[in-house]
Amino acid sequence: MPGTPTEIATRHLAETSRWKPLEFAFWLVAFGAIWLLPSHHLILNEIIITALFAMSLDLILGYAGIASLGHAAFFGFGAYFAGIFAIRVIGDPLTGLILATLASGALGFITSFLVLRGVDLARLMVTLGVALVLGEIANKMTWLTGGADGLQGVMMGPVLGLFEFDLYGRTAYVYSLVVTFLLFLLARRIVVSPFGLSLRTIRDNPLRARAIGIPVNRRLIAVYTLAAAYAGAAGALLAQTTQFVSLDVIALHRSADVLLMLVIGGTGYLYGGFAGAIVFKVLQDVISNWTPQYWTFWIGLILVILVLIGRERMNHRVAVLWARLRGKPEPRPRTIVGGH
Amino acid sequence: MLTILFDGIAYGMVLFVLACGLSITLGLMNFVNLAHGVFAMVGGYVTAILMNRLGVPFLLTLPFAFLVPAALGLVMERTLYQRLYARNHLDQVLFTIGLVFMAIAAVDYVMGSQPQLIQLPSWLRGRVDVFGVQVGLYRSFIIAVCSVLVVALQLILTRTRFGSQLRAAVDDPRVARGLGINTALVFAVTFAFGSGLAGLGGALGAEILGLDPTFPLKFLIYFMIVVTVGGTSSLTGPFFASLLLGIADVAGKYYVPSLGAFVIYTVMIVVLVFRPQGLFVKAR
Repeated sequence: MPGTPTEIATRHLAETSRWKPLEFAFWLVAFGAIWLLPSHHLILNEIIITALFAMSLDLILGYAGIASLGHAAFFGFGAYFAGIFAIRVIGDPLTGLILATLASGALGFITSFLVLRGVDLARLMVTLGVALVLGEIANKMTWLTGGADGLQGVMMGPVLGLFEFDLYGRTAYVYSLVVTFLLFLLARRIVVSPFGLSLRTIRDNPLRARAIGIPVNRRLIAVYTLAAAYAGAAGALLAQTTQFVSLDVIALHRSADVLLMLVIGGTGYLYGGFAGAIVFKVLQDVISNWTPQYWTFWIGLILVILVLIGRERMNHRVAVLWARLRGKPEPRPRTIVGGH
Repeated sequence: MLTILFDGIAYGMVLFVLACGLSITLGLMNFVNLAHGVFAMVGGYVTAILMNRLGVPFLLTLPFAFLVPAALGLVMERTLYQRLYARNHLDQVLFTIGLVFMAIAAVDYVMGSQPQLIQLPSWLRGRVDVFGVQVGLYRSFIIAVCSVLVVALQLILTRTRFGSQLRAAVDDPRVARGLGINTALVFAVTFAFGSGLAGLGGALGAEILGLDPTFPLKFLIYFMIVVTVGGTSSLTGPFFASLLLGIADVAGKYYVPSLGAFVIYTVMIVVLVFRPQGLFVKAR
């Protein structure tokens, strides 16, 4: 296809941002589950919230290359904020959700300056440290958070003043699904925008990104804030739909689990969080039915094998297989892409 | 007051013995080994099993608490860890966290989830009064053993041929290899030694820190604080960092129990923000 470089680039960008049939199918199934799987709404609600949380981690890990061991800090903060807001101020879900999202974003903005300082290991430790400090605060401020007993007595009003939360989780699932879908649309728009492309440049080579005039630090602060807000929204959804918050929302294993989900699902294409959350929850369900006490052993084993085989390589193999099935040319592994 | 300082020093010494292997692997091969605590746990359990089931005296179990984790470390290094040296930190973190999960579940399965108690010999129990200060006998024993270890480590590192090879490999692995130093061998030996020390620390510290299957996860953060705050280029950095951490933790828990672990986490973040390379590192 001929054309000036600008035209080629524009066409390429339009092509990559177009919706694929599989994406339509995914959301059709997700919305169809409202009617098709009425007895599984509670677990579906949990899955979709976890998926939103994993997607928020994908924004910083998959697109900007910031590895975080403490992403649950924002999830937990959003959950506690929404829960406490519902108890002390007003039980309207949407108001609580929006405020919790904004507050988590603000927290993300503040802590992003800490995260930017270090590289690699120091960064991992700082994110972990932030989550630990917040967890410790939630543990000690018993008068506000309920401490180790958890936050009890969260009473939610109906969504939009119309839909009461029911015992079977139907309202909860629809509510979480719609919120997740809207946030997904926004995230999808953002990652294919020039802003999203500049993030990927930073991920692949921060030095070159700086050299071509991308304000690296400002972009990283922006995406970290955005991811924190998303994680906070996921936490708020969990607090509102389960009407309970415990220290578990901010614990280290939640940060580790979400990282694991994202790694199972693959990073850098937004759906990794969804795929990972589904696989993870189903696995958790199956394994803990089979061996309730020791299921972490098998999760650990999966993680070890996954890394030994190589995450990138495995994602690439799936992509190759997929391309072959559809008779298209094989995609190149991501590591070589830099040359163009 | 002095008793707290004394307890803090003993605590810090144990932390140092636990974490110094980690600081070497991190500094030498730039490998993030979150599973370091697993070796410490193995050491602790070796001592607990030998004492409680076979009736071996406490002191005699200590060599085994060193040797078993060291052998395990050597095997793991040769079979698994060495494949991951070239990977990025995220892969290493995921891999080693996976190992931690597996170890916790496996120990839970074999030994049960209850904490293991270690019955100290009678001559190590109790406290004595030294110049008006209450001094625990076991803590004095720990300080003595760990001081000997620290001095021995420092001598090995600075005075022996192996020590200079190790330091050369830390400073610049490529040049070291070019000079004919077998860095892979140096690293395997160091890794095994570090794992053994962790095991010894786990055995010595079982009385102070407690020992149950969640040990690797519970103390992971302490090891990482020691290593990140102390820096990874020498042993003195982590040593002072562990003493600081030990004293701060014991004093914090005694004077302001309501703050809990809040103090040390905050200190870690502040140090990392202002000195990302660690507190005691000379700028290169």
